[in-house]
Amino acid sequence: MSNLLDLLIAGLATGAIYAIVAVGFTLLWQTSQTINFAQGEFVMLPAFLMLAVMHAGAPFWLAILIGIALSLLLLGLGFKMLLVDPMLRHGVLPLAIATMALAIGIKEAAKQFWSAEASPFPSIIPGGDITIFGRVVALQSIGVLVLAILAVLGLTTLLNRTSIGHQMQAAAQNPTVARIIGVPVERMILLTFLINAFLVALASLLITPIYLAKFSNGEVLGQAAFIAAIVGGFNQVRGAIAGGLLIGVVDNLSAAYVSTQYRAAVPLVLLIAIILFRPQGMLGRPEERTV
Amino acid sequence: MKPVFLASALLATVLTGAAIAQSGAPIKLANVAELSGGGATVGTNWKNGIDLAIEEINSKGGVLGRKLEVTHADSQSNPGVARAQVQKALDAEPYVLLGPGYSGSVKVTAPLAAEAGIAQIMGGEAAELTQAGNKFLFRTSFGQQSSMPKVAKYINDELKAKSVAIVWVNNDFGKGGRDSISKEFAKYNIKVAADLSTEAGQADFAADVSKIKAAAPDAVFVYVNEEESARILKELKRQGITVPLVGETTLVGQKVVELAGDAANGARGHVGLTTDAPVELIKAFRDKFVKKYNYVPDHNGLKGWLAIYMIKATTEKMGKVDSKGFADALHGFTITAAKEPGILMDATFDANGDIDRQGFLVEIVEGKQVVKQVLPKLNN
Repeated sequence: MSNLLDLLIAGLATGAIYAIVAVGFTLLWQTSQTINFAQGEFVMLPAFLMLAVMHAGAPFWLAILIGIALSLLLLGLGFKMLLVDPMLRHGVLPLAIATMALAIGIKEAAKQFWSAEASPFPSIIPGGDITIFGRVVALQSIGVLVLAILAVLGLTTLLNRTSIGHQMQAAAQNPTVARIIGVPVERMILLTFLINAFLVALASLLITPIYLAKFSNGEVLGQAAFIAAIVGGFNQVRGAIAGGLLIGVVDNLSAAYVSTQYRAAVPLVLLIAIILFRPQGMLGRPEERTV
Repeated sequence: MKPVFLASALLATVLTGAAIAQSGAPIKLANVAELSGGGATVGTNWKNGIDLAIEEINSKGGVLGRKLEVTHADSQSNPGVARAQVQKALDAEPYVLLGPGYSGSVKVTAPLAAEAGIAQIMGGEAAELTQAGNKFLFRTSFGQQSSMPKVAKYINDELKAKSVAIVWVNNDFGKGGRDSISKEFAKYNIKVAADLSTEAGQADFAADVSKIKAAAPDAVFVYVNEEESARILKELKRQGITVPLVGETTLVGQKVVELAGDAANGARGHVGLTTDAPVELIKAFRDKFVKKYNYVPDHNGLKGWLAIYMIKATTEKMGKVDSKGFADALHGFTITAAKEPGILMDATFDANGDIDRQGFLVEIVEGKQVVKQVLPKLNN
């Protein structure tokens, strides 16, 4: 039982990071029909940007700020203006393929500029343990979980309780009507890309101390977050959150109770089951499109 | 008659010139290593060690008056790619083939080199590699059959552990190590409390460590590659595992210490090669390496360096550059550091290509490898 509790906490901590990344998937899809297959590489890159700033002599806190700013610039503004805007007019599929190419480009560039070897990355959460219900739990697991929950709460508050959030939702649901009622749709879409860039930078900050900074980190993270978004519901932020947490827990429990070798297959089985029996995802809503 | 004589003289001159050019031509070596992928740490260190040794040898006039020249190819830490790269390298007819470092890649490439009759000096440590009767394969470090008995003896005699959790990577290297250590544990009646297979490149070890925690062993034996070692050390610390962590070179290497930080402190292991060894020649090597590459190499840097000095010593023993005779010359050969300082420590190569040399038991203390015990050569 105690082992199960450890597994659940560790799974929720990892799952919370998947959730942050999965939320980015859903935001981009809802506002601009962008399926970003480079989302995993988007998580990998900010850690290297922060490391580069640290190597230049900056302290960790400054590196975080500059890393986030660079992420907003490159992975938010740059991604939208240089890739999404020119490609989107050709349809969803060419854009999705372009993001696949971008993923390869980012990965190989990171390998070329930094190294194929892993690098250590400091943690913003101090080491040590705390006791919860008589169980000793790593502060890092709790810290990751708390920060991820705060980020998600902040995002849902922004989306549901603020005027900007309502405008973003309007722009996502019906851009034509939103334009008529005066919503600056283009600006809202850009804001979504910037939020996604912030989320991936945060995920990078949280996951890299555990995974180590390595050019190939995006492969695992991108796949897990993509599955999480589909399982939870690609068109619902709350679905992506639930999907992320579920995938994190399922992954850990399957590694412990099924087999380490097959752990990667279990979320995929879940994905197939969802596609077969509830294609809109656990919390998603059915969508119909004219062809 | 005169034109015929002139033509003959010209031909003779050309042929002699070609012969001179041939004898002074560089000795071509081919290296296939893990320059990217999960084994990038292994391959990069190995490659840098090779380049450093070649630079030093060439600056002193080369081998038998000929410079060494090496081509590097990336196996991407993938046995399939390694095989293709080795085939390509062999097509260029190198004097000796270097690498790969991963046992799985060595396993699939060794038959190719043997078929071509080219000696292969590699970094793999799986026990089975040199037990298949391949007469062209040579190690630069101990095989598991040499190192695991020492590790098991240490766990039994020094740590007095009665139950041990084994964490191993599910590839040829890991399986070989797990099988060897399990056999040794059985001899000492040490119970295997948990037998955990992990994947190469695995990033998340939370579930594995939870299982170790639940099994409550007296010690944990970790036998995974360097990057995964660092990740699991961090997770073991995160989940508060305090029992001794024991492994081999891949647990206590420089790169692991760099990546795992504080979490590496207390890890112990048997290492065949370490740049912290109390050996003056190794210290000098370390200084040269740090000066050139600006980081402290792990044992793979030493292996790459030694591979080149094995070639130099063997070629000088033969007195000629003879690719076909190389393997025979190296079997049974003892290279002494007194005669060839580049070999760093006296080393003997047996008929299987296994190496006998002194080894070390080390512990990570405050981020540094501290040699606790020097283990002599098995056959002096």
